[in-house]
Amino acid sequence: MYVAVKGGEAAIANAHRLLADRRRGDRSVPALRLDQIVEQLALGIDRVMSEGSLYDRELAALAIMQSRGDLIEAIFLVRAYRTTLPRFGYTRPIDTAAMQVERRVSATYKDLPGGQLLGPTFDYTHRLLDPELANDPEVATPEQRDGDGQLMSRVSEILAHEGLIEADGELPEDHVTGDITREPLEFPLARDSRLQALSRGDEGFLLALGYSTQRGYGRSHPFVGEVRIGEVELELDVPELPFPVTLGRIRVTECQMVNQFKGSAKAPPQFTRGYGLVFGQSERKAMAMSLCDRALRAGELGEDITAPAQDEEFVISHSDNVQATGFVEHLKLPHYVDFQAELDLVRRMRSEHEKRNQTNDTEQREAAE
Amino acid sequence: MDRRQERETETQRKAAMAALALAPAEELKRLCTAAGISGEAEMLRGPETGLVSVRGRIGGGGAPFNFGEATVTRATVRLPGGEIGHAYALGRDKEKARLAAIADALWQDPTRRAEVEDKILAPLRAAQAEADATSRAETAATKVDFFTMVRGED
Repeated sequence: MYVAVKGGEAAIANAHRLLADRRRGDRSVPALRLDQIVEQLALGIDRVMSEGSLYDRELAALAIMQSRGDLIEAIFLVRAYRTTLPRFGYTRPIDTAAMQVERRVSATYKDLPGGQLLGPTFDYTHRLLDPELANDPEVATPEQRDGDGQLMSRVSEILAHEGLIEADGELPEDHVTGDITREPLEFPLARDSRLQALSRGDEGFLLALGYSTQRGYGRSHPFVGEVRIGEVELELDVPELPFPVTLGRIRVTECQMVNQFKGSAKAPPQFTRGYGLVFGQSERKAMAMSLCDRALRAGELGEDITAPAQDEEFVISHSDNVQATGFVEHLKLPHYVDFQAELDLVRRMRSEHEKRNQTNDTEQREAAE
Repeated sequence: MDRRQERETETQRKAAMAALALAPAEELKRLCTAAGISGEAEMLRGPETGLVSVRGRIGGGGAPFNFGEATVTRATVRLPGGEIGHAYALGRDKEKARLAAIADALWQDPTRRAEVEDKILAPLRAAQAEADATSRAETAATKVDFFTMVRGED
């Protein structure tokens, strides 16, 4: 029998009112403004945009404010907002070679064209807390130097002419670009759909999986061929104009992971590649993504699938933190009826178990006598 | 107008629309007010906000894939003279889209084009070029200059 139970409206309303109060905190402390979050918590914004899968800084800032800094909650809010808007179309693919570069490093070539540009990086900092920041100190304006302004070709193009590295990933000509926001996931995925899932995947989850490949669970001998961060232009084809219209620029991070590969029945010895591309300045995420992309190509390259990071269904089904948090967190919602049924079941099993033990004891005693 | 000329005009209009799309909203509003460009246009569509799915290429140059979405606002206007202007820009600023569409429509009127170029587009392009140059120079200052340590005697 199912008995509907109602109640808790007042408790819920008051809980939300309390949440609003706690979110605002001490009223004598000035309220955060969205532009402060956009400017000063920029990398948190970038994470919400990349995993929320929506490029809009102000919306990400609003989500962070509303979620009290809980980034997965903020990502959830952004994902929900997305569903309220119509889709105007698909942009032309961005050209990362034409990027207005803000950072670009290679761990494989010291003297690559355009050079090593460190940009605004945490690398080589000493990771010592700076108590001075609490006093809002004067911050020096950046040093400037004349650049040569040359376009920086992607590092993959350097190795390409020797034929020792595989080409950029091509798919069959008749392949229609997949879109996991429009079609349900069906395994095995083509690499385009897999990359789409990885780009919005949880940074922590992909980081752990990437790390696991380095520790030997699906080892892939990776080098960072290149990481670059900067702005690229977006263009959209629209029926009312005879040319692709420029929408503006977005900041992205791209990682070209280069992996030594001893060859297999399917492919000769060469450098293979993993690719990472994410919104904003999200270097760790782009690197983790490229490690996972390479690991998930095991089947395609004829490698044995032995490790979790190589298991596509496992990785992609669990990489979305909105789905993951939804399913984990739903456990705290009322399950009273489910639990009552389970309780009855366990009581019954327990009494049968005790009855059986008693019978066994009696039989053993009788046998012994 | 022959085909070559038409092409050239299209290229110029594409560049003009790009400058409008890249413009910071406040700056565009300020320039339009200063130039006396604001009303007198009929809205044919929007301004309305939607999404585009953003595409990259596998490995940077391979097959396309979708890697996220972005908010875009668009608008279409008609001027009393009949010119139709369009605007598309990242973000959710409806007033920016409306003004950009009006500027696009005015640009197509040969008698108003120079005014739009001088009063709106030229300052926007100059500001964008300066911001890009600054960003490039700041990045260039973080370029690593490698040098070789001389070891031993000659």
